[in-house]
Amino acid sequence: MIYSKLAKISLATIAILGLGATSLSADTLAEVQKQGFVKCGVDGGLPGFSEVGSDGVYKGIDVDLCRAVAAATLGDAKKVKYVALNAKERLTALQSGEIDMLSRNTTWTETRDTSLGLKFAGVNYYDGQGFMVNKKLGVKSAKELDGASICLQTGTTTELNVADYFRTNKMKYKLVSYDTNDQVLKGYESGRCDVLTSDQSQLYGLRIKLEKPNDSIVLPEVISKEPLGPVVRQGDDKWFNIVRWTFNAMLTAEESGVTSANVDAMLKTANPDIKRLLGVEGQMGENLGLKKDFAYNIIKQVGNYGESFEATVGMGSPLKIKRGYNALWNAGGLQYAPPFR
Amino acid sequence: MLITLLRNPKVRGFIFQLLTVMGLVAFLWYIGVNTVANIEQRGIQTGFSFLNGTAGFGIDQSPIPYTEEDTHGRVFLVGLLNTLIIAFAGIILSTLVGVIIGILRLSKNWLIAKLARGYVDFFRNIPLLLQILFWYNVVLRSMPSPKQSYNFFDMFFINNRGLYFPLPAYNTTFYTILGGIVVALIATIALNAWANKRKDTLGEDFAVIPWAIGMFILFPFIAYFIGGSHLEFSYPELRGFNFKGGKTLSPEFLALTFALTIYTATFIAEAVRSGIEAVSHGQKEAAASMGMSHYQSLKLVILPQAIRISIPPIINQYLNLIKNSSLATAVGYPEIVTVFAGTSLNQVGQAIEIISMTMLVYLVISLFVSAILNWFNNKMKIKER
Repeated sequence: MIYSKLAKISLATIAILGLGATSLSADTLAEVQKQGFVKCGVDGGLPGFSEVGSDGVYKGIDVDLCRAVAAATLGDAKKVKYVALNAKERLTALQSGEIDMLSRNTTWTETRDTSLGLKFAGVNYYDGQGFMVNKKLGVKSAKELDGASICLQTGTTTELNVADYFRTNKMKYKLVSYDTNDQVLKGYESGRCDVLTSDQSQLYGLRIKLEKPNDSIVLPEVISKEPLGPVVRQGDDKWFNIVRWTFNAMLTAEESGVTSANVDAMLKTANPDIKRLLGVEGQMGENLGLKKDFAYNIIKQVGNYGESFEATVGMGSPLKIKRGYNALWNAGGLQYAPPFR
Repeated sequence: MLITLLRNPKVRGFIFQLLTVMGLVAFLWYIGVNTVANIEQRGIQTGFSFLNGTAGFGIDQSPIPYTEEDTHGRVFLVGLLNTLIIAFAGIILSTLVGVIIGILRLSKNWLIAKLARGYVDFFRNIPLLLQILFWYNVVLRSMPSPKQSYNFFDMFFINNRGLYFPLPAYNTTFYTILGGIVVALIATIALNAWANKRKDTLGEDFAVIPWAIGMFILFPFIAYFIGGSHLEFSYPELRGFNFKGGKTLSPEFLALTFALTIYTATFIAEAVRSGIEAVSHGQKEAAASMGMSHYQSLKLVILPQAIRISIPPIINQYLNLIKNSSLATAVGYPEIVTVFAGTSLNQVGQAIEIISMTMLVYLVISLFVSAILNWFNNKMKIKER
């Protein structure tokens, strides 16, 4: 596993070094259409976001976004090639062109958006960092964690937040950092650390993987803003627009009540908003360089944002996370898509 | 004229070499230009100014003071030092274990010889990465939590957070004792040189070892009183979640050092054994016929020749060990690949600069070690007169 990771890092480096001649990725869409699939970077081991199900198929809210982009660009949500990446590899893999897009619970930050040569195309999950501890410790608040050993995944905003939080609260901690979530979980389970910290959604996902989930609790404090979303490379605005508006189409569909079940009936609707969304009217698809019915394909094959959320992390999943910040703007949440017009 | 020139093998050879070098330079130049162009096109930052940027993340084990507010340059330094520490510990321990096992393999005692052989065959043939992960999980799973630590005299504690031991405070007494040890060391070296010279001129033996042991006990002991006989220790103590005070060796460090030692020692043992066996049997018989005892023939005839043969393969093992220490990233020990080529790379995203620096570190360390050992090898070589 480590070898493959080293191989990936070095491959990425070699790719950066070597791909000069072709000047890769000025037109990701053309490339995706030529190769016939979307290369999508995911976590691969995170319940609810992206993991391989018992049937061998990738599932999760991040995976749904990959599928939606494939549906929009190729007309078939199955035409995705998933690349499982850990936190350390993911950004280099995208920079180097090893993947076409990254949909791997990645936090949108200023640095990543600018000096790393990346662009965030939206926020598909509003998250915040939290702490999980064993009940035995009797800790009720993150403020009581002075001197604790903390397990986390390296290469994340998590380790920056935890450093800031303990410094501002004048507390000390011992850091135990691992490469993958699986190792983090193992470290926590074996007692190498007292606390496991990560984004709250991940904590719930990791908790159900524990041998005894009920022995652990998630502390109430949320110490950071973690807007997670899909990422693409800088310098390809067309592809950036496609990923952004694929996600917006899912949000708009939920807002106007279009679901995978009723999308065929909706083609005959009189509602002009829905007509534009589904390509019955207007030039929305063409503007993006896609077919007229790109949004129809997304909704038909993947579903709208609400459907995807409930099935992967919401009430229809073992995680049972409430919509919270991820409800639509008109239902008290933050999810808001600009209009299709 | 041109044709005759081309027929000249010297000229022809030169032209082909020139063409090869030009081709290589052109290739590298092409890669360089393309890389820069592509990086600029994507808007990725370049250059080494990131080394002055704040790192913002913590590192658990650092031989030098480090806080989250330090720079990526400091992270590089911490990673480098941790790499050197693990390499140093690994080389010393694996040499000790390797030499002992190598000699035991030649033991006349059937059981000892077979056990040593079994050890070599077993650990040499399992991938190092698996061994590291195995020992790490063994350490973590078999040790108790801090509250149930194994306690030795209230000074040493072992639990799943590491091995804790007391640390002397750096006061006058501590430094005079340290000085005493250094004086004993210098005296031993001088005594050894004197004994060798005496042997060469007078042919008389002088037993250095008892004297050396005596000095190493006596000198620090005297130094303790000179320094005011005031040694203070900071003892590990369970406070809150973890032990505080004293010194800690983390499970990551222990597992990594142990695995590297166990693995590399098998190769060193083989190098030592093959070195001893490579010394012609006639040498031993000649020594015996001159009336030397078994110990004398080993010390004066066999080992000096065996060491000569063993050094080159042992150098290789040292270099391997240094490079293998980068597998630390599997268990999260903060050496240079883990913290600098891992965490820092992820925060600043400048893969080319960071990976190049890391590669350079290994290159420089390895060249340095092989330079020292080549010098040693030359010194040990047969001096032909």
